[in-house]
Amino acid sequence: MDKAAIVGVAQIKYERRKKDQIFADMVFDVTREALDDAGLTIHDVDNVVTVSNDFFDGRTISGMAVGDACGGQDKNISTVSGDGTFGAFYGLMRVLSGYKATIVVAHYKGSEGDINITTNGMFDPVFHRHLGIDAVSSAALQANAYMTRYGIREEDIAQVSVKNHGNAKNNPFAQLPMDITVNDVMKSRKIAEPLKLLDCCPISDGAAAVIIAGEDIAAKCRKKPVWVRGVAHCCEEYFLGDRDLSNPVALREAATRAYAMAGIRNPIEDIDVAEVLEPFSYMEPLWLEGLGFCEPGAGCSLITKGITVMGGKLPVNPSGGALSANPVLVAGLARLIEAALQVRGEAGARQVKNADTALAQGFNGPCGQSHCVWIISGTK
Amino acid sequence: MSTQNRQGELMQLTFAYPMPYEWSIGLYGSRFFQEIKEKRRFIGIKCNGCGMVYVPPRRVCGPCFKELSELVPLSDTGVITAFSVVNYPFIDPNTGLQRPIPYTYGYIRLDGADNIFSHIINETDLGRIHVGMKVRAVFKEPDRMQGNIQDIKYFDIIS
Repeated sequence: MDKAAIVGVAQIKYERRKKDQIFADMVFDVTREALDDAGLTIHDVDNVVTVSNDFFDGRTISGMAVGDACGGQDKNISTVSGDGTFGAFYGLMRVLSGYKATIVVAHYKGSEGDINITTNGMFDPVFHRHLGIDAVSSAALQANAYMTRYGIREEDIAQVSVKNHGNAKNNPFAQLPMDITVNDVMKSRKIAEPLKLLDCCPISDGAAAVIIAGEDIAAKCRKKPVWVRGVAHCCEEYFLGDRDLSNPVALREAATRAYAMAGIRNPIEDIDVAEVLEPFSYMEPLWLEGLGFCEPGAGCSLITKGITVMGGKLPVNPSGGALSANPVLVAGLARLIEAALQVRGEAGARQVKNADTALAQGFNGPCGQSHCVWIISGTK
Repeated sequence: MSTQNRQGELMQLTFAYPMPYEWSIGLYGSRFFQEIKEKRRFIGIKCNGCGMVYVPPRRVCGPCFKELSELVPLSDTGVITAFSVVNYPFIDPNTGLQRPIPYTYGYIRLDGADNIFSHIINETDLGRIHVGMKVRAVFKEPDRMQGNIQDIKYFDIIS
């Protein structure tokens, strides 16, 4: 593969409701900040990928409404209606097919729609929507399937929420930095068995951007390039009932392909830090299993043994993850940005020492129907 | 459309009307609901490639990418493979009515099928519902059926 790098990144603080900013305002802010970060002007960027979803935005062909704000005038704009990791993947493909530099922008306002209705809209209108299934109740079903299969206790899962909200205290962009205990999680309000309030992400507003460029542009940028070493995505069946929810096969396949491209043989030894998309606490251990950091069913032992905490062998979600801010679609791009900041050594109070190779993961669809895995590094 | 704002503050605009849509249920989806109405049981479809029996029936087997055509009658019973007792309100997008909470969303392997069907289970007491329990569908009376998923009222635990 030709070389390509992440050369500019930007996020804005994730909040419950940004009343003072419309979608285009948020996109305008992150576009300018990403350009400044890269030391580029909008004239150096020759194509645009926007990440948005029509149901979430309440607008048909929602990407068109932010074109001006991300410098899309006279350029080639496409929209990826899925997680930001997939938008970045498409941005990378464009660079590899001959464009000089792609800006990928993602925006989301959970505060403006009804998240239960918009995520209920993911499901089949004939067989599933009337039953009330949405992002939360489908996650509860997956948690039940996963925990039943391996005998995992709710307390084991609660540790993830404690860790990630604690990590969020070091992330100025996080919405919910909190000092909490396993007991606090266990006593929080029941949402959908076995998930309690503190097992679930908040509703968030926010935006983020990355600029991906080839070697020529990367050499001229202000910051150290973060090289894309491997990336892949993979999907499984649409109907939840066609899938084994306790076994993330699409993630395993995506990880296998990304590792092969990046030359990763033993992920827990070769990767220094991981940012994974865990809007629900049980997802972090389940995804870590799919990513091959441990055997199936052993995901919770990684946190119990101190491996995934700050200072551990493989810190996971130093940013606080999606449990601490979940602007949907943006949240996966935030994982990639946070991983890139780690590789640059610019992650501030949440920096993992000597991080050179980082993993970022995002997913689309209920219960992780489709996953995208990135391996990025300061080493070309 | 309504605007409830005072001058001098950050303002919002609300659209409260639905965007209507009419989905086709398709040939096999229609057969599924007809089987419920006429015989009070489920019908699946079998893949001649891998042998999987899918319910509800559909045209294609994803893993084999083969066209399916062999409809297979199933019974009205199955086994719980996962469930969640849901405690937050849900507005049915079809009727606009709120479902009483709590309710239990179930992941049910129907007898004779290989994939999993989902519906409501008529039990919200965590002490009385477990993965592995046997359930039976409770249908509406035929004259009240409308050819939708709510022709199945819920599943009762039978053992």
